[in-house]
Amino acid sequence: MKIWNKIKSWPLLLPVVALILVMAVNIIHDAAVGDNPLSFFMISLRDTTTNGTILFGRIIDIINRGSEVAILAIGMTLVVSASAGTDISVGSVMSLCASFMCMNLAGYGVSSTTTLAKPLIVGLLAAVLMGALCGAFNGTLVSHLSIQPMVATLILYSAARAIGLLLCNDLIVYVRNPSFAFIGAFTGPIPTPILITVVCIILISVVLKKTALGMYIQSVGINAKASRIAGLNSRRLRFLAYLLCGVFASLAGIVASSRITSADSNNIGLYLEMDAILSVALGGNSLGGGKFNLAGSIIGAYTIQAITTTLYALGVSSIQAPVYKAIIVIIIVVIEAPPFKAFIRKHSAARATKGVKA
Amino acid sequence: MKENAILEMKAIDKVFPGVLALQGVDFTLCAGEIHALMGENGAGKSTLIKVLTGVYSKDGGQIYLKGYDKPVIIRSPQEAQKMGISTVYQEITLCPNLSVAENMYIGRGEGVRVNWKKINEKADAILKSLDIPAKATQQLSSCSIAVQQMVAIARAVDMDCKVLILDEPTSSLDEQEVAKLFKLMRDLKERGVGIIFVTHFLDQVYEVCDKITVLRDGRLVGEYEIKDLPRVQLVSKMLGKELDDLSDISGEHKKFQAEPNTPPVFEAVGLQSDAGIKPFDFYIQKGEVNGFTGLLGSGRSECVRAIFGADRVLGGTVKKDGNAIKIAKPIDAMRNGIGYLPEDRKVDGIVGELSVRENIILALQVLKGFFKPFSRAEAARFADEYIKLLDIKTASADTPIKSLSGGNQQKVILARWLLTHPEYLILDEPTRGIDVGTKVDIQKLVLKLASEGMSITFISSETDEMLRTCSRMVVMRDRAVVGELTDDDLTQGKIMSTIAGGEKKDE
Repeated sequence: MKIWNKIKSWPLLLPVVALILVMAVNIIHDAAVGDNPLSFFMISLRDTTTNGTILFGRIIDIINRGSEVAILAIGMTLVVSASAGTDISVGSVMSLCASFMCMNLAGYGVSSTTTLAKPLIVGLLAAVLMGALCGAFNGTLVSHLSIQPMVATLILYSAARAIGLLLCNDLIVYVRNPSFAFIGAFTGPIPTPILITVVCIILISVVLKKTALGMYIQSVGINAKASRIAGLNSRRLRFLAYLLCGVFASLAGIVASSRITSADSNNIGLYLEMDAILSVALGGNSLGGGKFNLAGSIIGAYTIQAITTTLYALGVSSIQAPVYKAIIVIIIVVIEAPPFKAFIRKHSAARATKGVKA
Repeated sequence: MKENAILEMKAIDKVFPGVLALQGVDFTLCAGEIHALMGENGAGKSTLIKVLTGVYSKDGGQIYLKGYDKPVIIRSPQEAQKMGISTVYQEITLCPNLSVAENMYIGRGEGVRVNWKKINEKADAILKSLDIPAKATQQLSSCSIAVQQMVAIARAVDMDCKVLILDEPTSSLDEQEVAKLFKLMRDLKERGVGIIFVTHFLDQVYEVCDKITVLRDGRLVGEYEIKDLPRVQLVSKMLGKELDDLSDISGEHKKFQAEPNTPPVFEAVGLQSDAGIKPFDFYIQKGEVNGFTGLLGSGRSECVRAIFGADRVLGGTVKKDGNAIKIAKPIDAMRNGIGYLPEDRKVDGIVGELSVRENIILALQVLKGFFKPFSRAEAARFADEYIKLLDIKTASADTPIKSLSGGNQQKVILARWLLTHPEYLILDEPTRGIDVGTKVDIQKLVLKLASEGMSITFISSETDEMLRTCSRMVVMRDRAVVGELTDDDLTQGKIMSTIAGGEKKDE
């Protein structure tokens, strides 16, 4: 009973259960069609003509494909915690950062290149700078002008892709250079995006460990007035959360762009803001701000990717997939809804008293 | 019912879980009368008003209204309005982006079709007859707060109200606006409307009211004609101390002797904030305990909030050891060695979902800096030390603070500030809503800290408590400092007469 209570209050319960459910569906499906039931978990080495020997398997694919959402989820978690709002511009900001980077790498007006016009690092820094700029813009609107986060970030949500197109002279800029393509491809046998995500996670962990950022952001998100009396500058902290969210969006943009070795303004990061927000919710974080759980958000991100991959494996077309995702979202949101929780509590309390009487 | 009475509330009871909010309260209002409802915080004023307007259902007693032969049952504010009982609150509850006429008639339409021309004409006529400087078509937000309040009153008048309740209507008005509002109130009185006036401003009560009903701790203290109740009596009835007893009790305070020729540790000159207090001067010596006293809403908290930079400072200077320092926000005050335990624990104090440990180290962490976080072990050591020192009752240092009792939450916030080892600690109502044992603990702690050289400002609604701890008291009335008491003047009687002030001689 004690262990059960401990499990019930475990903050990662929801994301982990969701992830296990997805795996279970895979196992059952594989068994049903006569495959090895554990083929979901199989990892093997395969030789390819383009990338040499690489890791291969559905799990690897999920972790690889989930990189962008996982990176976005880090920034989104901070934003949700600090401002009780969401940054819906991250998908568009990814695209803008990718465009700005490719414009720098290819040169303005060039639609396709195999040689880099500027060193790779300049392009990468340009992307990060653009992400920081977008984050600062959102942060200023939200923290200093007190605009509702949804409305404030709606501006870049709709404008960023257009600005990206403008930077690329209305072209899809291709940068078919191996040193750039490497970011979206493989480092040895491991997909590079996985490594980049790991670096991002380590980075934010170090920041949370070596600074008081985590406590400050949660404090401001829970009670901004009390935080101010205790000496915190809640505006600056909210601004910082949006700034970081923009930077993480730019990193996700770099990965997404490198995968397709181009800056496709209309498609990079499309709808990913929704996946990022969903990751945060799925991770057991309250979208009302306050306490956050970064590990939950990241597990949430991979769970979403696992759902998507599983749906494809089950033969659901990419057009139909959002319907099933929506069903899953509804279930999660209902489980997290206060009236539903109260209902469960009432029921389990009633059962407990019944047990005592018997 | 009494002759001429339009409203009689008899033996009203209201019970909240664990609290008797009202016990057998009687209240009578006559036509053409302005009747003040007075009492300190928690006396039951708002509860009585809410029972009358149908926000709460009563648990006992009857309400009689003129024109109804049986006791009435009021189930909602809408029903109350239909019976002729309207309320105008301190915060405007109208829609700022609608026109004046729309605000007067919204929610009262009889059908879908609205003849705006006719309604505007009607509204203008009422505004004119009440001498309210607003036009029907004007957007409400373009009017001053006072005029907005008057529009709310005009709406009530047009709904044929017999009983008009004004709940703290003057808190955000300047003197001229108050005068205009009073003129309107007197006009309505002439028309036979009965007005219930809830306010903390004593001067205003004596200026405009005919009768006073005083409540204390949910019970009726009495109903008085204004001419029969001098101010000092009113204050003593609100606070629940008989004057005769009071003059005997002298303070048990310690005498405090400042060291000669040293400037005060902290000094405020002409300090003024955006919270609506008049500029004030203040100082505190090393090792001194002083206090601000005055009725609720007199500006006690606003003064210390200005010193700490919690409200926006508009003018004046704060000096430390004789040198001017700049305090624009709380962190500036903290860096200068000031700590502030805020009055409203829930709003300004606790960070609910964070643990007791995090709540304790928060202020010290902020002072230490963003890039130097306390390790978990350090934080746990600080937390355990203060949990033991202040005897905080919590399951563990990891427990979220919101699941602690009020008194223990207060101790956690106290621990937060003690941990920063301030030179000057401001305690604003540190003992509100906590049990007697803890109260005594806190008083003892205050005296101990002062004897160790800390300067402390102690604010409490309970004068006994302040007499026990403070060696000097700054008295406030109507948002201004009106006096300072030391030594032999520190008695309940003297404090009360200073709070009440003289009957204005210059008028």
